Amino acid sequence: MNWTVRLTVNGEPHTLALDDPRVTLLDLLRERLHLSGTKKGCDRGQCGACTVLVDGRRINSCLTLALSLDGAAITTIEGLAQGDQLHPVQEAFIAHDALQCGFCTPGQIMSAVGLLNEGQAGDDPERVREGMSGNLCRCSAYVGIVEAVLDAQATLAGEKERAA
Amino acid sequence: MNRFDYVKPATVAEAIAAAGAPGAAYLASGTNLLDLMKGNVVRPERLVDITQIKELTRIETLDNGDVRIGALVRNADLAYDASFARDFPAVAEALLSGASAQLRNAATVGGNLLQRTRCAYFYDTASACNKRAPGSGCDARDGENSQHAVLGWSDACIATNPSDFCVPLAAFDAVVEIEGSSSRREVALEALHLLPGSTPEREGVLNPGELIVAVRLPAAARGFARHARYLKVRERNSYAFAVVSAAAGLVIENGSIKQARLALGGVAAKPWRAHDAEALLAGQSAEPEVFEHAADAALREAKPSGDNAYKIPLARQLIVRALAAAAQGTPSRMPALPASPFSAVPGALHDA
Repeated sequence: MNWTVRLTVNGEPHTLALDDPRVTLLDLLRERLHLSGTKKGCDRGQCGACTVLVDGRRINSCLTLALSLDGAAITTIEGLAQGDQLHPVQEAFIAHDALQCGFCTPGQIMSAVGLLNEGQAGDDPERVREGMSGNLCRCSAYVGIVEAVLDAQATLAGEKERAA
Repeated sequence: MNRFDYVKPATVAEAIAAAGAPGAAYLASGTNLLDLMKGNVVRPERLVDITQIKELTRIETLDNGDVRIGALVRNADLAYDASFARDFPAVAEALLSGASAQLRNAATVGGNLLQRTRCAYFYDTASACNKRAPGSGCDARDGENSQHAVLGWSDACIATNPSDFCVPLAAFDAVVEIEGSSSRREVALEALHLLPGSTPEREGVLNPGELIVAVRLPAAARGFARHARYLKVRERNSYAFAVVSAAAGLVIENGSIKQARLALGGVAAKPWRAHDAEALLAGQSAEPEVFEHAADAALREAKPSGDNAYKIPLARQLIVRALAAAAQGTPSRMPALPASPFSAVPGALHDA
C-alpha cells in the first residue's frame, strides 16, 4: 500500500509518496529530502537534536510520523537564513560561542526560535533555561546558549519595536 | 518498529469503527506510543491516527460552568490558555512541569492520561515484566527500584504512573468522557487507572476500541483557584519525571480551611487522591501542624517496594510544603520553574 503526504518544507511544497507509514518526520527530512541539518541524536525524544518547527511550533521530529503532518509547514535549520543573511538566533549563537562540537546546534537554534515565538520567557534567564531544557548539549555549552538566546530575544524585541 | 497498517479517519465515529479491529491502537501525537514502538515494547497492527478530528481540539465552557477540554488539545495550548490557567492554576503548573517544551507542544490531553509507566523494566523487552508480558515476573522487585511505588503496589508490579497532569485532575474531580462503538460513558479521572493487583497488564478501565474524547473539570474546581499549587520533586529541576509530586487546593475563609483537595503523583500506579487527608483538613486552621497531620493521614498505608523507603518522608515533606504553598496563595505569574519546590519566592529566580 502507498500513502501520500503533502508538506511545505522551508517554503517549498512537496508531495511525497511513502510505501511505509513508519517514516518519521526526521527520517523524511534527512533521507528523502536530503536536508541533513536536522540531527538524529537519541531518536527517542530525549535530546532535542531533531527539533524543527511545525506550523511555527517546535517539536521533536523523531517522535512524529510524517503521515500525521499532512498539509503542515515545516521549518528546518536550512530554512532560517535569508540568503546570506543569518537569522538573529544564528548570529547570536556565533557571537556567544554557544557551541563546541556543533551536533546539537541545529536543534538548539530551532528550539530557541520556537521559544522566542512562544513569547513566554522574555528576558528572564531562568525562564530561558527552563524553556530550553529539552535540548541537551554534551559539550555543555549551556552558558553560551542562554546568553545567545537572551541576546537574540533582545535583538528581535528591538526589531519589533522599530517596526511598530 | 513493527510494520503496521495506517488509517486517518476524519470523525470520532469513523475512528471508533477503524479501531474495532484486533491489534489496533489510537495514535494522537505519538510522543509516548512511537517511543514504545521503537523499543518493540508495543507492536500495534494498525494505527488509527486521530489527529485530524477537529471536534476533539476545542476548549469550551459549558452552560453549567464546567470546562470541557477536547482530547486532542495540546498540553502547551491548555497550559497557556489564559482563562484556563487563571481558573485552574495547579493544572497549568502541572502541565508546564512535565516533559520539555517540544513534547508539550505535541503531546495531547488524552495521550497524557494514557501514557505508560516509565519503569525501565517495562521498556526493556529482555526483562521480566508482568505488565508487558503477563506471568513473566517482575525484574524491578530485585532491580533498580528507587523510583518505584510506595502506595497501592502489589507483588506483581511496583511501577508508577508518570503523569503530572493527572494529579491535579484527580484532586479537582475531573471527569473523563469516553466513546465506544455502542455507547458513550463518563468515568471519574480518579477511577480511570487501576492498581496492579494480580493483573498489572490491565492499567485502566478503558475497553479495547474505546476512545477518550474529552476531560471535564467541574465549575466548582474554580473555587480553589486562589490557593492551588502543584509541587514536584525530581532528580533535576526540569525535564524529568516526578520522584514524588503533590497537587494541593484550599478554600480558606478567615484563616480557616473550608475545603481541601490533595493528590499525589509518582507514588502509585495511579494518581493518588488523599481523601482522608482532605477530610482532616476541612474546618482546621491553615497551619503547619495541621498540614503535617494531613500528610501522615495521606501516607498511612505507604510502604517501600524496594530501595525507596526515602520516598515516604519525602512525600510527607512535599505534602506539607504544597499545602503551605497553596495556603500562601497562588502566584500571580507562573513560576519560572513550574512546580519546583526550590523556588523560594513564587516567580522569582531560585538561585538569585
